[in-house]
Amino acid sequence: MQRKAIFNNKLLPYLLLAPQLAITFVFFFWPAGEAVWYSFIRQDAFGISKQFVGFENFTDLFADPLYHQVIINTLIFSLAVTVLAMGLALGLAVLADRHIRGKDGYRTLLIWPYAVAPAIAAILYIFLFHPDIGLIGRALKAAGVDWNYTLNGNQAMLVVVLAAAWKQVSYNFLFFLAGLQSIPRSVLEAAAIDGASATYRFRTVIFPLLSPTTFFLLVINITYAFFDTFGIIDALTKGGPGNATQTLIYRAYIDGRVNLDLGSSSAQSVVLMIAVMALTFVQFRFIERKVHY
Amino acid sequence: MAELKLSGIVKNFGAVRVLHGIDLVVQDGEMIVIVGASGCGKSTLLRIVAGLERSTGGTVLIDDRDVTALEPAARDIAMVFQNYALYPHMRVFDNMAYGLRIRGLSKEDIKRRVQEAADLLGLSELLDRRPRELSGGQRQRVAMGRAIVREPKLFLFDEPLSNLDAKLRVAMRAEIKRLQRRLGVTSLFVTHDQVEAMTLGDRLVVMHEGRAAQIASPMEIFERPADTYVAGFIGSPSMNFLPATITEDAKAATLSDGNIIALPPGQFAARPGQKVTLGIRPEHISLTGPLRLTIDLVEPLGSECVVHGKLASGEIMALRLPGAPPSATVLDIAPRTEHLHVFDAETGKRLPPPA
Repeated sequence: MQRKAIFNNKLLPYLLLAPQLAITFVFFFWPAGEAVWYSFIRQDAFGISKQFVGFENFTDLFADPLYHQVIINTLIFSLAVTVLAMGLALGLAVLADRHIRGKDGYRTLLIWPYAVAPAIAAILYIFLFHPDIGLIGRALKAAGVDWNYTLNGNQAMLVVVLAAAWKQVSYNFLFFLAGLQSIPRSVLEAAAIDGASATYRFRTVIFPLLSPTTFFLLVINITYAFFDTFGIIDALTKGGPGNATQTLIYRAYIDGRVNLDLGSSSAQSVVLMIAVMALTFVQFRFIERKVHY
Repeated sequence: MAELKLSGIVKNFGAVRVLHGIDLVVQDGEMIVIVGASGCGKSTLLRIVAGLERSTGGTVLIDDRDVTALEPAARDIAMVFQNYALYPHMRVFDNMAYGLRIRGLSKEDIKRRVQEAADLLGLSELLDRRPRELSGGQRQRVAMGRAIVREPKLFLFDEPLSNLDAKLRVAMRAEIKRLQRRLGVTSLFVTHDQVEAMTLGDRLVVMHEGRAAQIASPMEIFERPADTYVAGFIGSPSMNFLPATITEDAKAATLSDGNIIALPPGQFAARPGQKVTLGIRPEHISLTGPLRLTIDLVEPLGSECVVHGKLASGEIMALRLPGAPPSATVLDIAPRTEHLHVFDAETGKRLPPPA
């Protein structure tokens, strides 16, 4: 294919690109560059004195046992959210793909949670799980469970995982449903005639044919759990109790905005930036190549 | 090897009835072709036999076992789909072995049977390929192979040749026929292509608007079509139809322009004054006679030519003539009496032979 510029004016293409480039520069490269620069600097909370410290912010960070715990929190949280959100969505999509009465209404309802803002989702979960005012929280206590997620770290983790997964189920559901519908009906019929039961069909035909969708969603969900769950955690637990629900992104916020340790916070941002770059790389590298049959 | 018996198959989609009670008996080892225009219900009928569609009424018996309520898996049938429906993520071998694995055959048995089928179909070299690495004809053969290895009671074919190019279609058609003869498996084959139907079927079912218009051998259908629909559907170009009225002595018919055409003696029980439709195939017209045809189009086909024209009465006629196209612009023609078909003008049914 010939890819020659159709512009006679040499300046015009740059002008047309300028708004996009300007936005990317102002809102991404500039602050990101700033973060990289700050990560090599130690300064006091009032910005009066600055000192270049090289990699000291990073070495301090990785020597800090609290940061280790935050990394483990993040891994547990991301894994749980991804597995839960994808598993539920796949199950719901399989059900919605059947010929059932009122399936359009059912599908629309399943998409709604995606339109709920993270903070509002968190409030909903407070109303559900709060030990004193929550519907489920009170029921649990009435049933004799020692339920108080504001005090119990594991319970807090469970609640943020549920809330974060619930928000992401809609998105996954849409993609899984589209993936299911793109499987030719005749292939499933052929499997049925070949004698495959519904579960065997799912395991040997449907799931393998869904693998491109599954892989795409895997990357998307991990990215979501890593970076887009700040609002839910902030509104639900603020990283507590203790530091039980602090994730990498939440820790960066705490250190930067609450503790005003800009050096450490910037170093954490750089670590996250590297993580997101790695995920994006994986996504482009493998999804573009379509890891499937 | 099995006998398939359909009785009173009825199917409604919502308020629309698409099958109006189909009765059909397919003998052991027979190849039946269901042919009809799109929307006549032929695929629906096949899918009911397969169990992919539930019938609204009627029963399906395979070897005298009522399978009407059974799942496809329990019917011991195999089906070849129009788009082949191969499992895209499996190698050819696994595609063919899929049904055998489900039935719990031993590894050696599976290997042997797949190998046998692959040899039969010329697929031995392709067993490690994936469907997307195969040509249309090869995919078609894999789909056949997947059906064969199962050694089912019944083969169902749902327009399996319509996605192939013309040349390959003719080759695969012959291959399917040879294979079916050799394996002797009872088969139902659905197509909209009358040539496929004529060449493949031991018997044909011509379907029209959810009814079986005629069930008979290909030659029977060609020579004695049961009604004007079947007559017009089978044969290319289509049969010519002329409205006429039976004469007083019931031995001839008067055309709309007053010409009188003699009927073949002793073949049709016609009443004097009865309104009829005369049918004559394009190849059964002689070039001497009382009818004057004005030619408006000639299609030369090499060994023969097809002439389209209009009679003085305004009716359109097609002729198939051997050799080169005629140079004249007007032909005097007459139907050959012995090849004349007479249908009732109202019902469209062929007139019965005299009692």
